[in-house]
Formats: sequence, structure tokens, C-alpha cells
Amino acid sequence: MNFELTLEQKEAKIRFRKFVDKYVVPNAAIYDRLEETPLELIKAMANEGYLSALIPSKYFAKAAESNNRDDRGENIDDDSCANISKEMDSLTWGLLCEEIGHASGSLVSLLTVHSMVIQALLKWGTEAQRSHWLPLLATGEVIGGFGLTEIKTGSDAKNAQTTAVQDGDSYIINGQKKWISFGQVARVFLILAQVDGKATAFLIEREREGFSTEPINGMLGFRSAMLATLNMNNCKIPASNMVGKIGFGFSHVAGTALDQGRYCIAWGCLGLAQGCVDTSLAYSTERKQFGVSLKEHQLIQELIADMITQTQAARMLCYNAAFLKENKDPSLIMETSMAKYFASRTALKVASDAVQIHGANGCSDRYPVERHFRDAKIMEIIEGSNQMQQIIISRYGYQRYLSSQSK
Amino acid sequence: MNKENIIPKLNQFVGQYVNINEITPDLDLFASGRVNSLFAMQLVLFVEKEFGFKVENEDLDYENFKSIDAILGFVQRKLTPVG
Repeated sequence: MNFELTLEQKEAKIRFRKFVDKYVVPNAAIYDRLEETPLELIKAMANEGYLSALIPSKYFAKAAESNNRDDRGENIDDDSCANISKEMDSLTWGLLCEEIGHASGSLVSLLTVHSMVIQALLKWGTEAQRSHWLPLLATGEVIGGFGLTEIKTGSDAKNAQTTAVQDGDSYIINGQKKWISFGQVARVFLILAQVDGKATAFLIEREREGFSTEPINGMLGFRSAMLATLNMNNCKIPASNMVGKIGFGFSHVAGTALDQGRYCIAWGCLGLAQGCVDTSLAYSTERKQFGVSLKEHQLIQELIADMITQTQAARMLCYNAAFLKENKDPSLIMETSMAKYFASRTALKVASDAVQIHGANGCSDRYPVERHFRDAKIMEIIEGSNQMQQIIISRYGYQRYLSSQSK
Repeated sequence: MNKENIIPKLNQFVGQYVNINEITPDLDLFASGRVNSLFAMQLVLFVEKEFGFKVENEDLDYENFKSIDAILGFVQRKLTPVG
């Protein structure tokens, strides 16, 4: 395993940071207060190729080509479109999530849910579904949403109550999904429903009759992630909207999506933690107490040392997950779960310490650390709560132990 | 690749999650509760990497994955040239 970034990856990281400094850093607190992510920002991310980064170019070559032409059909030399046809490797994608997370945990969730839908379609969609949706998802014309959680079933997703009943060449969907990130603006949703008691995945377009969304406001964190409740009331969709097969919606389709989700969140948490470290290093250098900089106080040094070390440990788990993901190693599922678990715990601890170092300033929205602290708490809950990760990881440990006894 | 080459690889992989000496090749791994839902995707990744083919939408059939015998049959079918 090589932890050194290639020249291309180093350059990509610098580009991501420039984008974040230009578009996210100056506005993240405002968007948090307004509880929205402007479409202009989403469009800017699409223009940079961030929404198409995991899609093979064959699915959107025409879209990229048309984006690179002006109204007269002539080629234009526009850097904002130049990146749209480049597919990212797993580590570079992780670096993107890290850099976005450095400034906004909320915005990481856009990359997360969008890429969850993309990965599920790439792996389990029909060619017709891929050909139709991936070009639209690549350009950001359509944002993808992921609908698994319900009011009564969060982690117990296999027992979700939403139903899908076959009616000729259609399915009638009834149910409600809650806490759906970017549910206010997503135009296609990958949702889980029970077909005769078997978890099955479907695509539902926002325009379908019987489908509606309600904004969710007043969240602790992820306030600009435009959460929504999805209502499906006798929502009729073509049978061709099924992704995968009946009974494989949770284990395989959602399984693929959730693995992608955990990967994005792990890296986003790493960025959030690093953002807190960087902000705290700057603040403790400038701020004076008792005649010297905060950084001269040993108890502050203790906090800083732990923050740096924990963040670096999270980074190693993320790099490990990236290595396994790139190599399509079966162990990536468990190792990504561990990376998500550890990185989100780290993010919350580091953000909490960052608030502590900033004192009363840290509790004010004039500094980013209070927002990071609120977003970090959400990170411990989404894409499988950390208690679910602990159950999974400990079971894995016992499985390995018991199987080792048989050799 | 013949059966004799495939079985040791399957046993080694499945043996990471269950005590291989306690199960028979036809035991339903999922119904018996010996593996969890994460195993399903780990299994997909394993057969793709180990045997060099893609598990696709049309392969999503419980009969392809439920036991060591089932996985063996699935791998053999996928590795057999069509036509």
C-alpha cells in the first residue's frame, strides 16, 4: 500500500481546495443559516466535473461535448467544462470529499447521496436505466436522492414499511421516507420498498403523480443539506424503474449505495476534522491569554496534539479504504465501515476540542468550528449510525475468531 | 476452471466468515443466519475479483448465492463460454 499521492492527485487536491476557498468557505455559514444550498453552487460543482466524477465517460460524452460548445455550436475553451469528462480514481474522489468537508460537512452530503445513486445504477441498473439517467446525473441536470430511512424504521431498514404492489407493467408505491438529504432538490430518488415482504429498489422521478416532498428545517447540523420527507401516495411507476431484482434491494442495491455513502462520509469527516485542526492552529497562534499565545499553554498543546494525531489516524483508515476500493477487494466493505466509524468519532471529538480552544468565540457563528461541531454529530448518525457500525465490526471480529478456530 | 480449482477458493473465502467444518456445501448461509447482509456484497466482490467476471443485474438470483454449492454452480456457469 502506497500512501504517497501521485502528481495528478496532488494537483487535483490543490484544485479542489481552490474551488472550496472560492465557492464554499465564504458562504458556508450563510447557507447554514439560510438552510439551503443554492443551485448555482451545485451547478459550479457540476461544471468542475464533481458530479460526474465516478461515471464512465461513455455515458455522457455527448453531454460533455455539448457543454463545451457555445450557442453557435463552436468549441469554447472553458476551464469550467474541461473537467467534466475525467473519471476519478477512488483516492482522488476521497480527496474531493475531504476538501469539501474541510469547509462544509453539509455539502459533503451532496456528493454522498448523488454518488450513492450513481454507484447503485452503475452496478445494478439496466443498460436502459444507465443510458437514461447517468448523462443527466453527470451534468447535474438531475440530482440523485437516496430514500431508505422511514419514520419508524431507521437502522432497521430491512423492515421498512413502504410497499410496492405490481399492477400490470407498473408498480404502485405507498409510503414515506424521512431525513432524505437534498430531498428538496433531487429529481430522481432511489427508494427501498417491500414487494410481498421482499426489499426491492426502485427509481422514482420527482414529477410522478402521487409523489411529493416536504422540506425539513430546524436540524442540528447538515442545515444546508436541504433535507426532505418523501411522500408516495399511490405513486405509479413503470416496472422498468426497478433497480436489481425483487428481494435484492437492501442486500445488494442499497448495500452498494451504502458502501459508497460510508466511503464519502469517512473522507468528509477527515476533511471536517482537518478543518478544525487548521482553524485551531491559527486561532491558538493569534489569540493571547495571560500575556502569551494560547499555543504556549500546555493544556492547549495537549488538545492540539490529540486532534492532529486522531485526524492522522482517520486519514490512514481512509487511505486504506481507498486502496481496497480501487482494487475492488472484498474487505473494502468492512474496512470502509471502520473508516466511517472512526473518522466520524474523530470528527466530533476534534470539532468539540476546536470549540473548546476557541472558547466563547467557538460558540459563535462568526467562527466555523461551531458549525463543524454540529455537522460532526450528524456524521455519527448518517449512512448507518455508529452503533450499527460497531455491531457490524464486532460481529466481523467474532466471525474471524470462530473461523480461525476451525483451521 | 474446473470444480476442483474453484471449491478451495470458495471454502477459503466463506471460511473467513463461518466455521467451514460446521457447514455442509448445501447449507443455506443466509437462511441459517450464519452471515449478515454485508456478506452479500462481499461475496459479489469476491467472485468478481477471484474469477474475473462481473456479477450483473440478471445474475441477482438467490439460487446463485445461497450456499457453497450454489456459488460453485454460478461461477461455473459464468465461466462457461456461451454458444
